[in-house]
This record gives sequence, C-alpha cells and structure tokens, in this order.
Amino acid sequence: MPNGELPGPDPDERMEPTGRRNNQGIRVDPDAEAEHPPERALLSALVKHEPGVLAEISGLFSRRQFNIESLTVGPTVDDDLARMTIVIEEPRPGIQQAKKQLEKRIPVISVRRLDHDAVQRELVIVKVNGREPDKVNAITDMYDGQTLDAGPRTITVELTGDQRKIDDALDAYEQFGIREIVRTGYAALARGESPTATVKEPNQAPTEAQVETEEVADD
Amino acid sequence: MFMSERASVRPDEQDDAADETSADVETEAGAETGETDHGVQTGTETEESVQTGAEAAVAALERAGAEHLFGVQGGAIMPVYDALYDSDELTHITMAHEQGAAHAADAYGIVTGKPGVCLATSGPGATNLVTGIADAGMDSDPLIALTGQVPTEFVGNDAFQETDTIGVTQPITKYNFFSDDADRVGEDVGTAWALANEGRQGPTLVDLPKDITQEETDEAPEYPETPDTYEPPTEADEVIVREAAKAIANAERPLLLAGGGVIKGEASDDLRRFAREYDVPVVTTMPGTGSFPEDDPLSMGIVGMHGTGYGNLAISNCDVMLAVGTRFDDRLTGDIETFAPDAEIAHVDIDPAEISKNVEADYPLIGDAARVLGQLDDAMPGTPDAEDWLEQCDTWKEEYPLDYEAPEDEPLKPQYVVETYDEVTPDDTIVCAGVGQHQMWAWQYWTWTEPRTWVTSHGLGTMGYAVPSAIGAKIAAPDQEVVSFDGDGSFLMTAQGLSVAVRENLDLVIVVLNNEAVGMVRQWQDGFYGGRRMASEYPWIPEFDKIAEAFGAKGFRLEETDEVEETIQAAREYDGPAVIDAIIDPGENVYPMVPSGGDNAKFALNERHLEGL
Repeated sequence: MPNGELPGPDPDERMEPTGRRNNQGIRVDPDAEAEHPPERALLSALVKHEPGVLAEISGLFSRRQFNIESLTVGPTVDDDLARMTIVIEEPRPGIQQAKKQLEKRIPVISVRRLDHDAVQRELVIVKVNGREPDKVNAITDMYDGQTLDAGPRTITVELTGDQRKIDDALDAYEQFGIREIVRTGYAALARGESPTATVKEPNQAPTEAQVETEEVADD
Repeated sequence: MFMSERASVRPDEQDDAADETSADVETEAGAETGETDHGVQTGTETEESVQTGAEAAVAALERAGAEHLFGVQGGAIMPVYDALYDSDELTHITMAHEQGAAHAADAYGIVTGKPGVCLATSGPGATNLVTGIADAGMDSDPLIALTGQVPTEFVGNDAFQETDTIGVTQPITKYNFFSDDADRVGEDVGTAWALANEGRQGPTLVDLPKDITQEETDEAPEYPETPDTYEPPTEADEVIVREAAKAIANAERPLLLAGGGVIKGEASDDLRRFAREYDVPVVTTMPGTGSFPEDDPLSMGIVGMHGTGYGNLAISNCDVMLAVGTRFDDRLTGDIETFAPDAEIAHVDIDPAEISKNVEADYPLIGDAARVLGQLDDAMPGTPDAEDWLEQCDTWKEEYPLDYEAPEDEPLKPQYVVETYDEVTPDDTIVCAGVGQHQMWAWQYWTWTEPRTWVTSHGLGTMGYAVPSAIGAKIAAPDQEVVSFDGDGSFLMTAQGLSVAVRENLDLVIVVLNNEAVGMVRQWQDGFYGGRRMASEYPWIPEFDKIAEAFGAKGFRLEETDEVEETIQAAREYDGPAVIDAIIDPGENVYPMVPSGGDNAKFALNERHLEGL
C-alpha cells in the first residue's frame, strides 16, 4: 500500500450509530430540530476590586464570543470587592458556559444568574431637539424623568427604569428627533431577602440540588 | 463535602506535628485538598532572610521546591538573575531563545507534574515566551513565567523594551500578576506557583518591574498558597455518581475515554483498575496517551483525527461513555453532531467549565479524577454485560490494523523508524515530538504503556516544540532515556536549542523524520486543495547531521531501511546529544484521517476514501 494507506473496510461498510447531536453537543431525536434560541440573561458577579479585573472580564467575553449587551462595575459595601452586572444574549448552554467561565477566573468570587424578577435599572441621558419643549416635558413627566438641561435648540433629560420603560420612553422621544444618547447599562440586585451574589464557599462544584435550582432559575 | 479550609503539607507544620508520622500528614492533606503527588513539595525548612524584591522572588521559588529554571537574561530581569547567583538550590539552564525556555519549562512540568519555571526579560523576552505559555495553557501544563518589566515610573510610557506583558498574556494564563510592591513580590511568586500547580493546572505569570525587584524588602515568602477564594472541587456529587455508575453497569456498549486529566490528576492506576475490574474498553486522547497501556487487551488505542480506526469506531458506537479529564477538543470529536451520538456521557473533570462546554454531559462528575474514579468504583452495582461489544471491539482491531510496508528497496518509512526505536528502548523512555506528520507517526507507532512519557504540543500544535521540550524532559528525568521526533520544518524553527543540549551535555536523541516539506500541510494540499503545494515543499534544506556537528552534537544521516537499528543504537550509545537526519519517503501520508469537522466513524484509510468524503 503506497503513501501510508491502510487496509480496512470502506466508510460505508462500517457499523453506523443511529443517533445525532445538535451543534451544541446535545443528543437529540434525529428527526427533531432542537436548538436553544438566544435569550437575555442578567449575570451578577462579585469580584475582587483590583486593577485589571474589568479588562480581564471584558476580554473573557470577547474572546469566547459571548454576546454582551451591557456590563457595569462598581464598588460594594466591602472595599475589597466590586460588583459587576452583565447582560448577555445567548442560548441557554451559552449562558451557563458564560457563567462557569466567569466563575473560573481567579478574581471572581461568585456569580449568580438573576431571574426576571430581579430589581434592575438603567440610567439613560437623552438629548432631543428642543423646538417643542412642552411636549418634551410632558413625556419626561410621564416617564418620571428629569430635565437636566434645556436650551433653545436642545433639551437633555435623564431617565431611569427597566428595559421596557426605557424602550418605551425612547420611542416616545423619537418624534422630536434624538440627537445623542448615553446609557449606563444595567445595575441589578435580587429581589427581597434573596442575596444577589455573595461571598460563599467559592469555586466549588454545584450539588445536584443546586443544579436543579439553577435550571429553574434559568427559566 | 467541600472543605473551606486549605490544608497543605508545609514543612514547618510537619515539624509542629511531631507526634504524627509524615505519612499521616500527607494522607490527610491529600484527602482534604484532592492534591496529588505533584502537590507535595520539598521546600526549605527554615525561612530565609531576603533583602530585595528579587531575593524574595528567588526565595519563593526555593520555598516552593523548584529546582530548575529555564531562561534568557536581559535588562529588566537582571536583578532576579543577580539574586540567583547566590542560590544553591536553583539550577538555571540558559536557553538560546525564550520560546525554548517556555517549552523546556512546559516539558519539565509534564514530566515532573510540578510547575516548570521560565524567565525572560521585558519586551521581546516576554513576547517570545508567549507561544510557550499559550501552549501550556491549551494542555493544562503547570508552568510559571517570571518576566522582567521596565521600572514602574516608566510603565505606560512606551519605554525601551516595554510591552504590556500582563495585557498580552492575560488571555493565555490561568492568572497573572503585575507585582508592583516589593513587600509582596515573594507572596505573588508563591501564589503564582500554587495556582499553576493546584486544581486544573496551567500557566501563570508574574511581571516584575526592575525597580521593585531592586527595592529593599525583608518580607520573606511563606510556603506558596492559592488565594483563599480558590477552592478546586475534589469529590463529585454522590447522587450523580450513583446514577452514572448505574448507567455504566447497565451499558451494552461501554467505553472509557481517558484524557490528559487522568495523567495530570495522577489517576492512571485508578483508571487501569476500573477498566479491568469492569471489563470496559479504553481509548486515550492525545494528551491522555500513556494513561492506559496499549498492550492491554482492553486498549482500543488512540482516538481523534489521526487516531486508530478501531478506537474511533468504538467512540461512534458506544452507548455509555465514561470520559475522564478531557475537554472534547475538536481534533478529538470531529463534527460534534456525529460524536458518540448514541452515548450517554458521564464526564469527570476538575474544571466545572469543561462540563457541557462542547459535548453535553448526562452525568456531570465535577472533581479530582482519581477521587471520582474511586467514588464510581464504590458505587458500581455490577459489571456491564458487554460480551458482544468486547467481541466487536476485537473484530475492529483485526479489521483496521495500523500497518505499513517497508520494502528494503524503497525510501525509508517513518513508521519503521518509530517502531524500531520503540523496540530497542525501555518502557519508561520519554518521547517528545514537534508538530506535524512526524508527531502523528510517533504517536501512532509507539506502543504507549506509561503516563508522563509522551511530551508534545497537543492543543496549540506548536511546530518547534521538539528540541526545547527534549531539553526540559531530560533535565526533569535525567535517569530516563529521551528521544524527540521532529520534522524538518519543525526542527528548523528551534534547532538553535541544540547549543543548550550540548552545553548542558544532555544525553538525548533527536530524530528528524525528514521529508523536505511541511508534510502535514502538503498532505492537506494534496487532499483538499487539488495538489497545489503552495509554500509546503522545501526546494533546498540544510543537512541536519552537519548542523548537529557544527553545534557540537553528534550527527547521523539515515537513508536505508537496513541501517535503521544500527544508527539508532549508535545515537543512543553516544554520550551527549545526537541528531539522526532520517531521509524518509516524501510521499508518505498519515492515515487514518478524519477530515477537519468530519465524522469519526468515516475516517479515511486512503486517498480514495478522502475523495469520497
């Protein structure tokens, strides 16, 4: 046999498995289409407050191609710790992978995926054309906003709220012409007594019970 | 289940616990941390006094039990080298290039199981380390890099030989430190060592600005410890263990897939015991090679793109797979949609992020490989009833042998060179390799029986790995034979390392399987690019035996099949580094082959198969 070729039956003469996986590595019914659609997820991470940690986390998300919507970071009651709130849009396996990759980084102390019930707010500053100040003010009042600057040509307002409120307000301002906009990204805490992401025994494997709880939380 | 406090065997604690035998202390520590042998250290008993940051860095390495360092001098790292001048415990091997320093340290880490240390100066020194650090990261090899940096007052000003080493190496290290406080240098180096060593091993880096290493400090390092927030898992969840054990016991077509984590976790014995106790066939990935002996009847050999036909068929057709210490790399799985599509997968890994990353785990078993195999053993309700499957496996082995012809009147076959070398050397011989066809032939035609004997670049696929890794392996294991298979293209990338092997008088052999081409690329061009051999063939290459002689090594030229054994024996007998320039059949290709992203079960055995895929 020339050129390193080897003996043996041809590919179509070999035993063949009947199953199939999808491209996320999940075994599926060969006839059924089973892919997880992307969904929005809110991750809250408690990290060591040290130089480079923001670069480390943002680098992690970009090099692993996680689709990131917003990332905010700020201090906590503990001077040594900072809290990051990250909104990503990924299929379910991607969200779990993002969470685990976050947990794996050394400065990351704990990560929790917050459910939709979480208290979440974003701050937005919008600069709109100022030709119709009364109408602009009416909308600002309607959305509990605050006028920060008003001149003959532009009006700048501040809004805070959850995603739906912000989206609705921006839709309403569209009619005047939005000149510029800046958004802070989401800050969020778990609702009620439930802690957000806390200093627990870190980096440990989840127990089955925890895995199940998270599965529920992920829905 | 998870201990919140770390317990390491510290020499000073051993002294305190005089009424306990040291064996007791070790067992207890092992039980609590899941640390394996590589976690046990041989640091100095007395705390040393230090005067500068550089001395603290050196003392931290000594305290950790480092013995050898691989590096290249340069401006910003000079204070650290100056501190090494007085060290009796550390031996420095001066390398010819920083890439070689990183690969040598990486190989040292693979062979010894504890972190290999490499040093380089700032700027180009640090960037030259990058390939080796990335290589270690892909293969979870324990490695610590110490880099010089320009003085802190210049950092950020684009100073001479300044590079943002932390920024450059952040994505390829397990963790890195910008050490900007002389009082903390010793602790940083110790922590970097501990992080490289514990949990899922990997590369760490400490960037050391020159003013910090020169600054006075009397902070001597403690025994290295990981940060208190770092707690690698040890034991898997008992409920999942029971379910997984039940699935394995009830399997009709069970298969054990042993990855590099088996070797890293010192779990080869546990894996062998488990497979033999429950009659489960075993395949090994490229980094897992040696964890299970290939001369055992249960061995189904190596798997993946150039794995054995029988091994890949076993993967494709198994119904339960116990996969230990693997990250399901694409070179192993091929097309993920066709990977073991009928199999429930029990995945053992110490890194939770590997679970269900590429292939969904039906039974996620997060923990130390040896511990979890022990848990599974305890939980197994019986032996799988898999007589038909074992017979099927044997049939495949007969149908798809790794075979070749080596007629005396034709050009030399690389497979024959590898097999002959294997036959004349002891089982514990360490085999290094570069990257390319020669690496695949070495992998396929060597009969692997021992862990930590296969030293190569798996995940990153770094050409040029062979020469420096042979140096690191020989320094790590001076009593074991070392042979390094290289290709002509790969050898030309790091051949300057020969000067180091000669200077250090290392008794090793480099076999260049010379086909005057970047052979794997040439094979792909023939297979997938219509034979358009762009930039893969060398119209002229140097004579490697003469290069060897010029470096002061012994050179051999090998062209005839009937001279193979005598040439190998002469090279082995030569006291010092030897290079065999083996002129092989330039048309030889590597089979079996699963094309990139292909179905493992459809591996090609010849060109006709490749065309049909």
